[in-house]
Amino acid sequence: MPDSLAGLLQVGVLILALGLAWRPLGDYIARVFTSERHLAVERLTYRLIGVDPDGDQRWPVYARAVIAFSVVGVVLLFVLQRVQAHLPFSLGLDNVPTALAFNTAASFVTNTNWQAYSGESTMGYVVQAAGLAVQNFVSAAVGLSVAVALIRGFTRSRTDRLGNFWVDLVRGVVRVLLPLSVVAAIVLIACGAVQNLSDNTVVTTLLGHHQTITGGPVASQEAIKQLGTNGGGFYNANAAHPFENPGPFSDLFSVFLLLLLPVALTRTFGRLVGDVRQGVAVLATMTLLWGVLVVAVTALELHAGTLEGTETRFGIPSSALYAVSTTGTSTGSVNSFHSSYGGVSGGLLILNMGLGEVAPGGVGSGLYGILVLAIVAVFVAGLMVGRTPEYLRKKITGREMKLVSLNILTMPLVVLVGTGIAMSFSAPRSSMLNDGPHGLSEVLYAFMSATNNNGSAFAGLSADTTFYNLALGIAMLLGRFVPIVLTLALAGSLARQQPVPESAGTLPTRGPLFVVMLAGVTVIVAALTFFPVLALGPFAEGLR
Amino acid sequence: MNLSLLASALPGAFRKLDPRVMVKSPVMFVVEVGAVFSTVSAILDPSVFAWTIVVWLWLTVLFANLAEAVAEGRGKAQAATLRRTRTETTATLPDGGEMPASDLRPGDLVVVVAGQVIPGDGDVVEGVASVDESAITGESAPVIRESGGDRSSVTGGTTVLSDRIVVRITAKPGESFVDRMIALVEGASRQKTPNEIALNILLAALSIVFLAATVTLQPFAVYSGAPQSVIVLVALLVCLIPTTIGALLSAIGIAGMDRLVQHNVLAMSGRAVEAAGDVNTLLLDKTGTITLGNRQATRFLPLAAVDEADLADAAQLSSLADETPEGRSIVVLAKQAYGLRERETGELPQAEFVPFTAQTRMSGVDLPDHQVRKGAAATIMAWVHEFGGQTDTTLTRTVDTVSEAGGTPLVVAERRGGSARALGVIALTDVVKDGMRERFDQMRAMGIRTVMITGDNPLTAKAIAGEAGVDDFLAEATPEDKMALIKAEQAGGRLVAMTGDGTNDAPALAQADVGVAMNTGTSAAKEAGNMVDLDSDPTKLIEIVGIGKQLLITRGALTTFSIANDVAKYFAIIPAMFAGVYPTLSSLNVMRLATPESAIVSAVIFNALVIVALVPLALRGVAYRPSSAAALLRRNLLVYGVGGLVAPFVGIKLIDLLVSQIPGLGR
Repeated sequence: MPDSLAGLLQVGVLILALGLAWRPLGDYIARVFTSERHLAVERLTYRLIGVDPDGDQRWPVYARAVIAFSVVGVVLLFVLQRVQAHLPFSLGLDNVPTALAFNTAASFVTNTNWQAYSGESTMGYVVQAAGLAVQNFVSAAVGLSVAVALIRGFTRSRTDRLGNFWVDLVRGVVRVLLPLSVVAAIVLIACGAVQNLSDNTVVTTLLGHHQTITGGPVASQEAIKQLGTNGGGFYNANAAHPFENPGPFSDLFSVFLLLLLPVALTRTFGRLVGDVRQGVAVLATMTLLWGVLVVAVTALELHAGTLEGTETRFGIPSSALYAVSTTGTSTGSVNSFHSSYGGVSGGLLILNMGLGEVAPGGVGSGLYGILVLAIVAVFVAGLMVGRTPEYLRKKITGREMKLVSLNILTMPLVVLVGTGIAMSFSAPRSSMLNDGPHGLSEVLYAFMSATNNNGSAFAGLSADTTFYNLALGIAMLLGRFVPIVLTLALAGSLARQQPVPESAGTLPTRGPLFVVMLAGVTVIVAALTFFPVLALGPFAEGLR
Repeated sequence: MNLSLLASALPGAFRKLDPRVMVKSPVMFVVEVGAVFSTVSAILDPSVFAWTIVVWLWLTVLFANLAEAVAEGRGKAQAATLRRTRTETTATLPDGGEMPASDLRPGDLVVVVAGQVIPGDGDVVEGVASVDESAITGESAPVIRESGGDRSSVTGGTTVLSDRIVVRITAKPGESFVDRMIALVEGASRQKTPNEIALNILLAALSIVFLAATVTLQPFAVYSGAPQSVIVLVALLVCLIPTTIGALLSAIGIAGMDRLVQHNVLAMSGRAVEAAGDVNTLLLDKTGTITLGNRQATRFLPLAAVDEADLADAAQLSSLADETPEGRSIVVLAKQAYGLRERETGELPQAEFVPFTAQTRMSGVDLPDHQVRKGAAATIMAWVHEFGGQTDTTLTRTVDTVSEAGGTPLVVAERRGGSARALGVIALTDVVKDGMRERFDQMRAMGIRTVMITGDNPLTAKAIAGEAGVDDFLAEATPEDKMALIKAEQAGGRLVAMTGDGTNDAPALAQADVGVAMNTGTSAAKEAGNMVDLDSDPTKLIEIVGIGKQLLITRGALTTFSIANDVAKYFAIIPAMFAGVYPTLSSLNVMRLATPESAIVSAVIFNALVIVALVPLALRGVAYRPSSAAALLRRNLLVYGVGGLVAPFVGIKLIDLLVSQIPGLGR
C-alpha cells in the first residue's frame, strides 16, 4: 500500500472515530456543566476547600479564582521541584535548578508542558505524579471552565453571574478528565505502554554494555497528556519513544485522544447555546483548517521524502498527521521532530500554532479561542449586512470589541517581542543549533509554542538556559492568563446584555459562508502578523 | 464631487495635519508619525527612493484628510444658506415694543405679521398664517400654521406671508432648529457613533499588531544580514495597517448624515442613523403612510331594481359640488368605471347644489325634475322615509357588508314625483398606496417586522393590514397603546422606529429608538424625535432604514477591502526587502516587479491612490439593495473580500510598470 493511501485511510478512521464520539461525549459534557446535582466526592471536595458550590460568581470573582488557583499551582510545583532530593521515589535525582523549576511550573500550570529538561533524567516519580500529573488534569479543567463560562455569557441574559469556578473545575476533573483518562490508560497499557513504579532496571546488552531501562507510570501519564492537550512526555523523546507510543495503533489512538475533547466541546457548545448547528459551524471551521494543513504537510513531506527525524515505525503520513494535530491542539506531544520537516511544512506547523491554537485547539482554550475570533469575523461580516453585529443573539458593541481586540493582540505581541528580544542578544542566539533561517525558526518556534501553550519544541534549540527558562516561562503565563481574564471579562459583558431576536436580517452564523468567513479571518489575521518572520525563517529555507 | 469642492477642501485637509486632530484617527496618526520619521531619515540620507516614499506617505495622510474635508464641504454650502436665515431679526412684542431676536427666552410672546421673519422657534398661540418655510425645507409652497392642534409649530428664520400670528418662543438662543441644522450639516457636533467606536478599536488593534510585526522585523533582518532602513520599515507598516478604511472612516460617517439631509431628513445624532439600520420593528401610521390620506370610492353597489349606471350617474350628480377628497373620488370613479364625463358647472343651469352641513349630514343636488342626496346610511334612510319611500333589509345588509369589510358606506337616494327611493350604496375604502406590498416584502426579507397603527376598529384594520401586507396591526390605537407596544417590543430586545407629528405622539417618539417627527408637527413632537423629516412624508421611514444600513455596509465593505489588500502588499514588499540575502524569496515576487525599490514604491503609491479611488464610494455609500443578510454577505464578501484580494495585485503591477521607468527606482 502506498504511503499516501495508508495516510488517507488513517485520516478516515480517525475522523470516523471522532465523529462517533462527538455527539455522546459533547452531550455528556453539556450535562456535566448544567447538572444541579453534586456527587458525594465533589461535595466532600467543596467542604475541604471551603467553597459554596451553589454560589454563582461575577466575572471578576471567577477570574480571581482562576488566577489564585493557578498561582498556588505554580508555587506548589516550584517548591516540589526545588526539594526533590528530599522526596521519596526521587530516583536519586537532584533538586531542579531555580530557573528551570520556574519554567516547568509555569509550563504545566498553563497547560503548555514545554519541557526544557529531559523527563527521565530530571524528574522523580513524586514530582511526576503529585506535581506534573496533577497539573495535567487541573490545567485542562481550567481551560474547560473558562470555555463553559464564556458559553454562559452567551446563554445568560441580564445577569452578572457566570457560574462557579470551583464547581466547574472539580466537575471537569471528576466527571470528564478522570474517567476518560482511566479508559485511555487501559487502552494504552493494552497497546504495550509501560506502567509501573519500579526503579530503573540496568541490563547488560548482548555486546556487554550496560543499558539503563527506565520504568514509571508512563501509560497513565500518557493518557492525560494527550486527553488534556498537555503534551509533556514522560521521556525526552516524547511520543517517539516506544514505551510511550508502542506502535501504529497507539499512535493513531494518541491522535484521537488529543483531538477528542476539543472536538467534542463544539457539540457541548452547540447544545448549551440551544442550537447544535452553531457548534457544527465551529467544528467545520476547525476541521477545514486542520484538514488543509494535514493535506499540505503530508503532501510536502511525501514530496520531499526525507525521513530524517521521523520515527521509521510511523512513516511520513502518520508523522504529518500527528504533527498537525499536536500543533493545532496546543498539545505539543510529538512523534517526530518538527525541525526535520521541510522549510515550508515547518513554517506551516508554526503558523498552525500562530492561528492561536484553534484548529481545534486545547481543551476549552480552543473553543474560547475560536469564539473570540468568531466575534471578530461576525463584527466585520455583520457590518457588511448593515446591522450592528451580533453573535448568538448578543450585540458586539465597543466594549466587546475592546476585550476581543486586546485578546487577539496578546499572543502576537508576546511572540514577536519575545523572539525579537531573543534575536537581538548574542547569549540567547548562542542557544541555536543552526545558523541562518533555520536558527531563526528554532527561536520563533520556541516562543510560538510557549505563548500558545503548545509545548512542542522544534528541536535544536538548547532551551535550558536562564534566559529561555525565564522568557518562555513568562511567555507561557502571559499567553495563557491574559486571554483567560479577557475572555471572562467578555463573558461578563455578554451575560449582562439582553439578547436580541433573530430575524432574516441577522447574519447567519451556521452556514458554509460563515465557516469560510471565520476560517478566512483566522488565517488572514495570523498570516499577516507572522508572514515577515516566517519569510525570514522557514520560508527562506524551504522555498526554491 | 467637482473640482471647486476639491479646491475649497484643500486648506482644510492641510489644517487637519495638526497631530492633535490626527490623533482622533489612530490609523492615520500612525501614518503621519511614520511620515515624520521618514522625512527626517530622507533628509539625513537622501535618495530618489527615499524622497519618493516620503512624498507619497505625506500624500496618503493628505488624501485621508481631503476625503474628510470634502465630505464636510458638502454640508458647508448648505450651512451657509441656513446661516443667512439667522441674520439678526428684530422681534415685535405684543405690547408694541421691540427687542433683538437673540435676546428672546423660552416663554416670550412675539407678534409676527405678513412679510416678517419669525424671530425664533415656537408655537403659534393666536391666529393663523401662511408661512414660507423654503429656507429650511427647500419647498416653495407656503404652509398653514395655526394655533392649537398639530400645525402650531413655527421655525425661526421662516417668513410669514399673510395674516398675523402670536408665537410663544420655545427654544433658547443658539439652540434653535436652524442652529442645530447648521451644526449638523457642518459636522461640527459630530460624535463618533457606537459602531464607529467599535470599528476604531479593531483598527487600532490591527495597527498595533502590524506595528509589532514591523518593529520586531528589524532584529530578524539584522540577524539575516539584511538590516532595513527606517523608510522601508515605515513603508511596510503603512502598507499593512488598514489605511484605506482608516482614511475614509469619518468621511463615510459624515456622508451618511449628508445622505439623510439630501433626503430632507435631519438626524439629531449619528447614533440615530446607525440605530435606523438596526431597526427590527417599524410602526407605521395607517393614514398617509400605508394608505392614501383619505378614503376613496371604490365600488357602486346598486339595489335590486336599480341599474348600476343609474346609481353611478346619481352618485356623480350628488358629488359635483362636493369638494372633499371623498366627493372627488366618487366623480373620478364614475368616470373611470362607467365613462361618465364630469358635468361642467354651467351644464346644469337649473341645478341647485345642496352642500354638506353638520345639521343635514348629507349633500346632493336639486334639479327641476328630481332631487338626489347622498350621505350616511341612517341620515339618507330617514330622508327616504320622510318623503314616503320604503327601505328594505337588502339595503341594510349591503351597508353592513361594506362596514364589515372596513369601508365607509354612503347611501344614494333620489326623489322623483314626490316619492323617494334608495338607489344603492357607494363603498368608500382605504386605498393602499402603490408598491406598499413590495416594500413590506422587502422589509420582511431584511428581517424587519412592520406594524400598522390605526384608530380603526379591529375588523377594518385587519382588512387593510391584509391588503397592504404588513405583518401586524394595532387597532383602535390610543397614544398609550402605542407606547405600550413600543415598550413591549423593546423588552424583547427589538429596536423600534416610528413616525409621529402630534403632541400626543411625543412620548412614543421619545421612547422609540428611531423617532421621526414630521416637520409639520408640533414642536413637542420635533423635540421628542431624534429625526425630523422636512417633507413630512411618513413613508420615508423605510428609506431612512436603508440609509442606516448602507452606512454600516460601507464601513464593513471598506474594512474587508482594506485588510484583503494586505496580502498583495506583502508579496510586493517582503521579497523586495529580503531577496538580496535569500534569493529563494524572489519566488514570492509573483508580480515580477522590476526592482526592490520600485516594488516598495509601487505598494506605497497603490496604498495612497486606493484612498482617492474609493472617496466617491465612501461618499455615495456602497450599492445597497434590500435583501436578506445571507444574500448581502455573499455579495459583499465577493465584491470587497475577493475584489480586495485581487485588485492590488493588478494595481501594484501597473504602477510598477510606470515607476520602474524613473531613474533611480527602475533597473
